[in-house]
Amino acid sequence: MQRSASRLAIALIATGISVTSQASAAPAKPTAADFATLQQQINALRGDYETKISELETRLKAAEAEVAAAHAAATPASPPAPEASSEVVIADSETEPSPAAVTPSPNAMNPGVSVVLNGNYVSRSQDPAWARIPGFPLSDNAGPERRGLSLGESEVTFGANVDPYLSAALTVSFDGGGSASVEEGFIQTTALPAGLTLKAGRFYSAIGYLNERHGHNWSFIDMPLPYRALLGSQYGDDGVQVRWLAPTPFFLEAGAEIFRGDRFPGGGSDKNRAQAQSLFLHTGSDINDDSSWLGAVSYLHTAARDRLTAGDDFSGENGVGIASLVYKWAPGGNPAQRNLTLSGEYFYDRQTGDFNALPAKLNRSGWYAQGVYQFTNRWSLGLRYGSLNGDRPAKVLLKSALDDLGRNPKAITGLLEYDTSEFARLRMQFTHDETDLKANDELRFQYTVVYGPHGAHRY
Amino acid sequence: MIKPMLSAVIAALTVGLAGPAAALQVFACEPEWGALAHEIGGDKVSVYVATTGVQDPHLIQARPSLISKARTADVTVCTGAELEIGWLPMIVSQSANKKIMPGARGVFQPTDYVHLLETPASLDRSQGDIHAGGNPHIQSDPRNMIPVGKAMADRFAELDPANAGLYHGRYQTFLGNWQGALKRWQAEAAPLRGVPIAVQHRSWIYLETWLGLRRVIALEPKPGVPASSGYLAQVLEVLKKTPVKMIIRAAYEDDRPSTFIGGRASVPAVMLPYTIGGTDQAKDLYSLYDDTLSRMLKALK
Repeated sequence: MQRSASRLAIALIATGISVTSQASAAPAKPTAADFATLQQQINALRGDYETKISELETRLKAAEAEVAAAHAAATPASPPAPEASSEVVIADSETEPSPAAVTPSPNAMNPGVSVVLNGNYVSRSQDPAWARIPGFPLSDNAGPERRGLSLGESEVTFGANVDPYLSAALTVSFDGGGSASVEEGFIQTTALPAGLTLKAGRFYSAIGYLNERHGHNWSFIDMPLPYRALLGSQYGDDGVQVRWLAPTPFFLEAGAEIFRGDRFPGGGSDKNRAQAQSLFLHTGSDINDDSSWLGAVSYLHTAARDRLTAGDDFSGENGVGIASLVYKWAPGGNPAQRNLTLSGEYFYDRQTGDFNALPAKLNRSGWYAQGVYQFTNRWSLGLRYGSLNGDRPAKVLLKSALDDLGRNPKAITGLLEYDTSEFARLRMQFTHDETDLKANDELRFQYTVVYGPHGAHRY
Repeated sequence: MIKPMLSAVIAALTVGLAGPAAALQVFACEPEWGALAHEIGGDKVSVYVATTGVQDPHLIQARPSLISKARTADVTVCTGAELEIGWLPMIVSQSANKKIMPGARGVFQPTDYVHLLETPASLDRSQGDIHAGGNPHIQSDPRNMIPVGKAMADRFAELDPANAGLYHGRYQTFLGNWQGALKRWQAEAAPLRGVPIAVQHRSWIYLETWLGLRRVIALEPKPGVPASSGYLAQVLEVLKKTPVKMIIRAAYEDDRPSTFIGGRASVPAVMLPYTIGGTDQAKDLYSLYDDTLSRMLKALK
């Protein structure tokens, strides 16, 4: 009956009569007979709709009214309409919701699309074109931001389950200049046994604590000093990852990755074997209702062939070890009003190879510590200190980009953040940077908004 | 000789690894569902409750401890209707546990078994923190425990057929007790019928419906959007014209908006447990509603 009722509705629509969605959605049972007669008449009158259609319309309307009346009588106020409608709604308040009709559409299976936009203002006391960190040749990604107003990197992420066994996500990023690149694009298993997860494609490595996060989830506008100097800001490449979550009462996760090896600190890979490999171990637990912690140790090995940094050529290997510790506090486990995140990571980098065809062997390290305190709903303050320890290369490479000139690069950063909601933040960040020969003071403003489906937040 | 010894060792190991009795590991997102799972499952279930009564279930950090608990779960019992959308999907995807991945039978959502109210006609974040499926705070009406309990018994029976009889039997016992309690509560709550109230966050529509309370206004302009002082001034104007008997809020919420307005409008600000553990008195499912009613009745006097 439902079917013939909707066929009737379709027939009427086809002849230019607008039928409210209620007609097809209305319960058909009480007026089964009415609809059946109408259907028969429609069939009989197929030849001359024009003349008879207005008559049918009035009869249909009458039938609809009957349905409505019968419905109202049969179910006396099952939803709490009277209570709800008595609420006073102030002009700025929401409009009274009404139940939406469920209409399956061809785009119902579309992936979730979320967009990240951000805009920057940067003011620096030194020209960014000449910025460098002696002893730490930087990759292009790790250079300073342009001065003045600029549109930051915009991201669009498409994510969905592919089938009961796989999920996939693609993040395309557009830089301020307009060129697009695939930032991440991977498939991930959802149904492997024994706590195993496999991931393949292009993705950020799970080494360290911050590495896996996208820019809009960083606590500060930029990455801490050791990430910039030793990992080119963030290490991501094309590869395969396996993770195993142990069935222990506390959190224990181990994983390994192999990568193509094209990205800094690797580079120039065109071989059958994977040029970069990593291992990581994460653990953590609650201390009490207020606080919890996460610890990680990770190691990344890369082999570079003709890696170019500011005109210098390096071929050889890097091994980066990272130890990370994160502590989070929120009174009663309620982060909405006040919360604190303290984190610190230590990096150790051993590099061996040829720098501009001269043998280079360096042991370098770095660390940072940062804290972000949300002191009241929507407002946060942050403080970060980062430092690097370079090395002095062999005599032939003194005064080259690998020479730290006996200095200790360091930077201190302060942050003030205001969030208009979970999805939008405004930040002001000041950095006093002593990484270059001349100290640089930098003031940055940034807005970041995320819109689209609600993404859950990583710890 | 070796064979029986070997099987004895294997049996001992299996028992040792599997631990005692509990057939189902339940990961309950909120205390009320943890308690209901206990009512239905008895000692055949081992329940981990992910949040406390004083935590806002919208905003939980995806802590490592939650991931490790989700790893070994056979079933998640989480409200649904997007209440936990800010954290649960991250926990589930990191748990690498196919039993509780979206679409699996180990995903049990109480809001699937209740007619949801306040379903938005359109979805836009300019309307604040709205939930596409409707208002998810269904536990504030104890009548909802009946369809949810029944569906939970069915689901537990499906996941653990060996104990199906026990789950259904325990549901019947629960149903009897609960109907008795409902009668008692409804009699006690008679003076609350038609009483005008204000709410701090719109998490009480089901309680309002159950008790016939009349919501005059909410202290937040839009769901999840904190009130500005301008908005609160407007609220005071409304309350002058349409006085209310009390302003209710959940234990996990900031008390400032309701005590501020309550003080200015000379209306009691009433903190309700919202869930088990929200107050010292709300120790289990029964005392949750006992305490809710006694706090509201006290404010009425």
